[in-house]
Amino acid sequence: MNDVLTTAREQVLARGDGLAEDQLFEVLSLPDEAIPELLELAHEVRMRWCGPEVEVEGIVSLKTGGCPEDCHFCSQSGQFESPVRSVWLDIAELVRAAKETAATGASEFCIVAAVRGPDERLMSQVRDGIAAIQAEVDINVACSLGMLTQPQVDDLQEIGVHRYNHNLEAARSHFPSVVTTHTFEERWETCLMVRDSGMELCCGGLVGMGESLAQRAELAAQLAELTPHEVPLNFLNPRPGTPFGSLPVMESEDALRTIAAFRLAMPRTVLRYAGGREITLGDLGTRDGLLGGINAVIVGNYLTTLGRDVEEDLELLGELRMPIKELSKTL
Amino acid sequence: MMFCDHCGERLDSGVHTECEKRRTLEPPRYCPQCRRRMKVQVTPRGWTATCSRHGETDSPS
Repeated sequence: MNDVLTTAREQVLARGDGLAEDQLFEVLSLPDEAIPELLELAHEVRMRWCGPEVEVEGIVSLKTGGCPEDCHFCSQSGQFESPVRSVWLDIAELVRAAKETAATGASEFCIVAAVRGPDERLMSQVRDGIAAIQAEVDINVACSLGMLTQPQVDDLQEIGVHRYNHNLEAARSHFPSVVTTHTFEERWETCLMVRDSGMELCCGGLVGMGESLAQRAELAAQLAELTPHEVPLNFLNPRPGTPFGSLPVMESEDALRTIAAFRLAMPRTVLRYAGGREITLGDLGTRDGLLGGINAVIVGNYLTTLGRDVEEDLELLGELRMPIKELSKTL
Repeated sequence: MMFCDHCGERLDSGVHTECEKRRTLEPPRYCPQCRRRMKVQVTPRGWTATCSRHGETDSPS
């Protein structure tokens, strides 16, 4: 067995202490031949510290496109020549989307807006939307509305937002190559406010954006430092018209190493498959990731792109004997 | 249909097999009749694309 995996077995599996950044770099540098052993260990860690359940979530875009920020991976920025046009979802459609999500057995429904941070119009729409969902649908509501002020954090907590998503997106050292309209520190601040509010913090990132392996390890370590309840792991899906539109799709072996490394960095977190898994990993890789540290999935479509067929994902979970986490257990 | 609903180019102006492949994981973006950029709303189990001139199209159920 490789040295770092021997150490991980003792440190992470037995004691529940995540690997440090230098150890994560070693994991990410493992040769392809070591991947099966790495995934097996990451799976054991997930089973030991999280259990066999898988948390299922659906997401919807409340406000699409026209974002003033310049996140280089995002087709919703108003600064790039992207074919995505600005559009708002009304409350009736939002409630319908929540119902569709709940019907899959999901326990979480996340409302997302492409903004720097919410203005009063958006906060009002979110308040009305959440009240309408809570009146008709039995599901936890999460939000992702960009950077927040403390009063907005308090408002969201008060109206019953269960979890708030705000990704770091990239490691601190790589961030200026990914976003120039706000800083890593601004993102970090919102994450700290959310974490201290009583809402659960959902904070992840994207890989495959030209970062080095050291920067990938750095991202995992910085996420671990925030101790988020959930980490959504996105793989870059290069979007036409964006600055990252011509980057190559990440190799599936690298994606699997990253999944396992994130699990070994954060043994107890909800580690969720988010965007880009379909083009990066395909069907077989999706299965490998679920047996390599992942314990949550976004089912159905994403914000501007489409996902795998919901029924295929649910069948796969059944086949792997991974029960869907029930709503009552997350309340 | 005169235009590719993925890239917006004329269907008779080149090969669109890559566009067709990508469309399995993406909603349409351009109106196939007039190539206007459409307003597209993706939801967990479908999508709606609206052209200001040619109206609304829904994802196949």
